[in-house]
Amino acid sequence: MTATLRELASTIRSKNAGVDHVTFDVIFRDRRNFERVRDANVLTRDSVAQLYRIEPARITHFVVYEPGNAIKFTIRRLKPSGSPGESDVFGAQQYPPLFDVQVP
Amino acid sequence: MTSVKILCPTGHLAFTPMEKDSFMRGCELKPDFIIADAGSCDMGPRPLGADQHVSLAEWQRHDLEIMLQQSRRLGVPMIVGSASDTGTDRGVDQFVGMIADIARQHRLKPFKLAAIYSEVPVSELKQRLGSGARIEGLDGRADADLATLERTDRAVAVMNADPVRKALRQGADVVIAGRSSDCAIFAAPLLNAGLSPAIAYYTGKLMECASFCAEPFMGKESILGRVEADAVSIAAMHPGQRCTPASLASHAMYERTNPFREYVAGGYVDMTDCVYAQTDPKTTRASGARFVADPVCKVKIEGAGLVGQRRLAIVGIRDPYTIGLIDKAIQWARGKLEERFGPPGQTYQVFYHLYGRNAVMESLDPKPQLQPHELGIVVEAIHKDAKKAAELCALGARNLFYARLPEVKGTAGTAALMSDEILVGEPGYEWTLNHTLPVADPLELFRFRTFNVDAQACREAA
Repeated sequence: MTATLRELASTIRSKNAGVDHVTFDVIFRDRRNFERVRDANVLTRDSVAQLYRIEPARITHFVVYEPGNAIKFTIRRLKPSGSPGESDVFGAQQYPPLFDVQVP
Repeated sequence: MTSVKILCPTGHLAFTPMEKDSFMRGCELKPDFIIADAGSCDMGPRPLGADQHVSLAEWQRHDLEIMLQQSRRLGVPMIVGSASDTGTDRGVDQFVGMIADIARQHRLKPFKLAAIYSEVPVSELKQRLGSGARIEGLDGRADADLATLERTDRAVAVMNADPVRKALRQGADVVIAGRSSDCAIFAAPLLNAGLSPAIAYYTGKLMECASFCAEPFMGKESILGRVEADAVSIAAMHPGQRCTPASLASHAMYERTNPFREYVAGGYVDMTDCVYAQTDPKTTRASGARFVADPVCKVKIEGAGLVGQRRLAIVGIRDPYTIGLIDKAIQWARGKLEERFGPPGQTYQVFYHLYGRNAVMESLDPKPQLQPHELGIVVEAIHKDAKKAAELCALGARNLFYARLPEVKGTAGTAALMSDEILVGEPGYEWTLNHTLPVADPLELFRFRTFNVDAQACREAA
């Protein structure tokens, strides 16, 4: 049965990593859920690029972080945080599209 | 075996006030040092560029007062980094003034205060660039050239542990440091105690955000770290919180692109092989860090510059027809701006933030709401000249009211002006420098002052 990432992960967050990047953390309390998502290949550089409709090159880092039971990726901002016209100075509200990722 | 205990009450001093109860519980365990960072880049470029603090002065005093009183009562040093949010010279002086004032008020016994300044004049950066220094871009940025420096109003160098080590070796009881790597202010006393750079900086990385490394999620609560040889044991001081392998490991990746590396001037901590073990219900022991030294010491430089004056207007739209054609309406309004001001770019910028559609995520939003029930629009205008910014903003907002759409029924106005006024925004700044500068000596960009403080006065030491 498929589940959503929202159901499986205990934390899904986004935040500035320096002034030019927003980094995303998907953390699992349950090691089995982490392994299920990791092995299903539903969170990859390409799938995330597709979800956010960006060039894969804008994803500067994609890391499966075993010690933290987490998958982590980083998107380069189009403009540095807090520049005129920017709307999320902390980068804190860029994660919700991850909620609905379907995990087999 | 050397054992050093560090108490950290807050991850960003005074951003909101620290919680005193868990801090006092930590003080009962007799820490050797009380350490907190007070800065961040998270609030955007304006605080640095305009040299303002974003934490309220009342809260800064609140946090410094609690820390100083306990530091003096216990007779252990207190270290504060990135003074007053940005670590500019103004920020260091402000905190030094507050420390002197608190000492006077509480009639504290004499102590030694060290101030470390980290602002770097833009003229000096230009000079170094002119003599051939490479100001290397971080995070995919191009190297800085003269034009980058021309756009910069203010810059700070981000210190590693060395300047703080020097201040402590000279006998400082209180260190107020300018812009610092968060982990560096924790590493300094550990390095002075003879511990390795690996465990010193790693301890700093784990502890710098105080209770953020514990669970459940709580801010502004204290944690206590006990460092022995190559391991640190971190305990949550709030009765409802605990440090677990998961909470420490997940904090190691917080706000970083690479969860395995923590960079400072002179090298990085490699956390690839770190291991975490629960030692009691509230405490987790972490070890396994390595330090990889950089053959050239490169100090990070943060810089910000003014883009222009900023004005804002709030407009609401309820007519579904106008909402459906909002892009056309904005396009028309932009056309009217161009007729009067020419194309946007160097002289001016106008932004339409469409709350209810995709203001928060903009181009990253996979599912922008095309037909919300109502739409809230913030019109943001930027121009070097404040009057022109206001005019741009007024025209950009009111032309949504007069939007020319072929079949509009509401011919008395196509938008609701919340109140027909132009709000004065803070000036717009940009991060111009996120770069490194190579140095021969890690201390060379930093300046020191020491003071003898007592209940009567704060006198600069000879």
